[in-house]
Amino acid sequence: MSLAIRFDDIRKEFGPVRVLHGVSFELAPGRIYGLLGENGAGKSTLMKILAGYEQPTSGSVLVDGAPRQFDGSRAAEAAGIVLIHQEFNLAEHLTIAQNMYLGHEKRRGLLLDDAAMRADAKRYLAQVGLTKHPDTKVRDLIVAEKQMVEIAKALSRRARLLIMDEPTATLTPAETERLFALMTKLKADGVTIVYISHKLDEVERITDEVIVMRDGRFVARNETASLARQQMANLMVGRELSDMFPDKVPVPDDAPVALRVERLHVPEWVEELSFDVRAGEVFGFAGLVGAGRTEAFEAMIGLRHRSAGTIEIGGRRVELKSPRDAMRHGLTYLSEDRKGKGLHVNLNLQDNLTLMTLERYTHPLLDLKAGRAALADAVRDFGIRTGDLGSRARMLSGGNQQKLALAKFLQPNPNVIVLDEPTRGVDIGAKRDIYFLIHRLASEGRAVIVISSELIELIGLCHRVAVMRAGRLQAVLGLAHLTEEELIAHATGTH
Amino acid sequence: MRPAPTDTRAPTPRGMRVAHVLYGFGPLAGLIVLCIAGTLLNRDFATVDNMMNVLTRTSFIGIIAVGMTFVIISGGIDLSVGSMAALIAGIMIWLMNALAGGIGGHTFAPLAIVAIGIACALLLGAVFGCAHGLLITKGRIEPFIVTLGTLGIFRAVLTWLADGGALTLDNNLSDLYGPVYYASFLGMPVPIWVFLVVALGGALILNRTAFGRHVQAIGSNEQVARYAAIRVDTVKIVTYVLLGICVGVATMLYVPRLGSATPTTGLLWELEAIAAVVVGGTALKGGEGRVIGTVIGAVLLSVIANILNLTSIISVYLNAAVQGVVIIVVAFLQRGRR
Repeated sequence: MSLAIRFDDIRKEFGPVRVLHGVSFELAPGRIYGLLGENGAGKSTLMKILAGYEQPTSGSVLVDGAPRQFDGSRAAEAAGIVLIHQEFNLAEHLTIAQNMYLGHEKRRGLLLDDAAMRADAKRYLAQVGLTKHPDTKVRDLIVAEKQMVEIAKALSRRARLLIMDEPTATLTPAETERLFALMTKLKADGVTIVYISHKLDEVERITDEVIVMRDGRFVARNETASLARQQMANLMVGRELSDMFPDKVPVPDDAPVALRVERLHVPEWVEELSFDVRAGEVFGFAGLVGAGRTEAFEAMIGLRHRSAGTIEIGGRRVELKSPRDAMRHGLTYLSEDRKGKGLHVNLNLQDNLTLMTLERYTHPLLDLKAGRAALADAVRDFGIRTGDLGSRARMLSGGNQQKLALAKFLQPNPNVIVLDEPTRGVDIGAKRDIYFLIHRLASEGRAVIVISSELIELIGLCHRVAVMRAGRLQAVLGLAHLTEEELIAHATGTH
Repeated sequence: MRPAPTDTRAPTPRGMRVAHVLYGFGPLAGLIVLCIAGTLLNRDFATVDNMMNVLTRTSFIGIIAVGMTFVIISGGIDLSVGSMAALIAGIMIWLMNALAGGIGGHTFAPLAIVAIGIACALLLGAVFGCAHGLLITKGRIEPFIVTLGTLGIFRAVLTWLADGGALTLDNNLSDLYGPVYYASFLGMPVPIWVFLVVALGGALILNRTAFGRHVQAIGSNEQVARYAAIRVDTVKIVTYVLLGICVGVATMLYVPRLGSATPTTGLLWELEAIAAVVVGGTALKGGEGRVIGTVIGAVLLSVIANILNLTSIISVYLNAAVQGVVIIVVAFLQRGRR
């Protein structure tokens, strides 16, 4: 019993804003579909309608030929349609089994039947290949495991159509492999999968068919095998995307060392990390999730305890006890967690942009006009697309939020800027803009450090890439050795 | 593909701006409706005397509520302000009486004694606030717990100092100190002037200084603020110190009114101050809020009490109940604001 879905002229309006302009297409059962589109193309909204989280303004969803209106995710789940959110819907303090049956608890009389739930949970966990005990608390799991729990949960609800929104955004290559194996298995069992992702190489590998949306409209569908990656990108953006990366400019031989770190030690995370980055250099950090890259830099700027290590900026030894110290010495760090650590999504654009450098606008009262002018400059320089300069940061798309965050962390005019996953959850157009921006920063003579899980990005951008594994530096690869194979080999320890 | 850079002065869409302004005026509109109702119910309501009376009584809670606004916007809370006011009043009176009796044969001029008393009130407020801030930030204890603890400690220490009874200010000093509460300047009682200055100062600090912006940023998302190189702990401590000083100012105005401190001094002030902040439109979870809203909230709550006093429709004993209803209704109206 697989599900066939048909969208029939779906329109959706949020107040005066129309996000879907009459979308129609079909999904045949038992296939894996790649749903592509830039941020704001309407793919998430369409999938939320399918999964019962939103109702269409007009148009209908047909399930196996019959029009269905789901008035909530529970109703959709009952029909076998489950959406797995990018940010998981798991209660961290509860166990795996408790999470899987949350809201659908098995009972014996008035009491919960924990034994039955545990046993069932075990079965579904085995099915997705997760070897954790069902009584493990979800907060003790790593991201990839949480995702497995989400999928097991969907299976326990008898899901016949699974929608996955950016499932590999936070996964390591090995974990991604496991997820793909599971997806293939589910497909063989007759489950239809809609796979939303910005990673075109993955779409190319795992999907049978690609559906492209743009600006709230259906644009194209094609067998995956018949499309080249470049064609997919062009369809999404609606223009020729000739080259994602700017040409690398060699670092001059006499460029001074901008940042030198020696024997950095972060308890439980990083051991003996030493490296240096020169002015004008783009220096990458590769490694699996948990390799200690983020933790190393958080410790460098005083957000974590470091037990040993020396830091030199511009040739001078510095003591950095807080992000403020780091900023004063010309180093800023933009976190990978944009909404949790990078931007105040509930504050407006100007307050976000000027937050780190308010002293500059204080004489002694805040000069709001100067702040507005700074925002206007940033919007122009960084290509931030916003209809309204007075709006809050949460109203921007992911890509534009990221540009705003970059602008914010460049306000103090750092000589060394650390960008942690600078293009996560960002559409292709904005990605390209960010790559060119990084290139510009380096050519201005700054040292740019890019931490990324996307190997193509590191290879395309960086002069050198450091690979970390389990808290230790494995290798620093120069231009001649920058290939996916080398990076993966060092990151996984199979070199 | 990319639209031309937007004009800097591009206005917010008119509809949104109007809605925003209306939200801001919600508490004010409520206050106006209440005043109209009060005027219709009793002719004495709309007299200058009554207005001054209401505002004078509001000033204690109002001043504390301005400080509380900072603490709540930064994501904190202070439950101890009522007890703190009582203890400050008690220590202040005890100190002034001791000085009046002379120390080691040395006597002080009465005016100097009052000045020392006032300085003591402000200093104690700052010290208590600083202690709160340090326990909350460096000690990493929830503000609710810290101030719940000091709520008990402050009041118990006062009760012990007063031996369960009252600490009463020396008569001569009382006569000298009295005008701070009872006198008027340019036709307006002194406490209202002080309230006005505190409120204007508070609004200026919140909206137009880096500190005020940092307070909002921390309340909106502490983690983001930390990563943006803001000295989160310092800013938080300062909010509690500011609130402590506000409590000191309120106490300094309150002491000359009755000239004594008892175990019931300042009872439930914390609730009234928090209520004023919330009614004024500041979200309890922090991030946003306005000092002017707090001022209106404080006035609104005392107008309710005043109307109940002047009319006999609802028993004055139900004052707290009516205020409670108002708080819940306001919270209900502000539900989906974020």
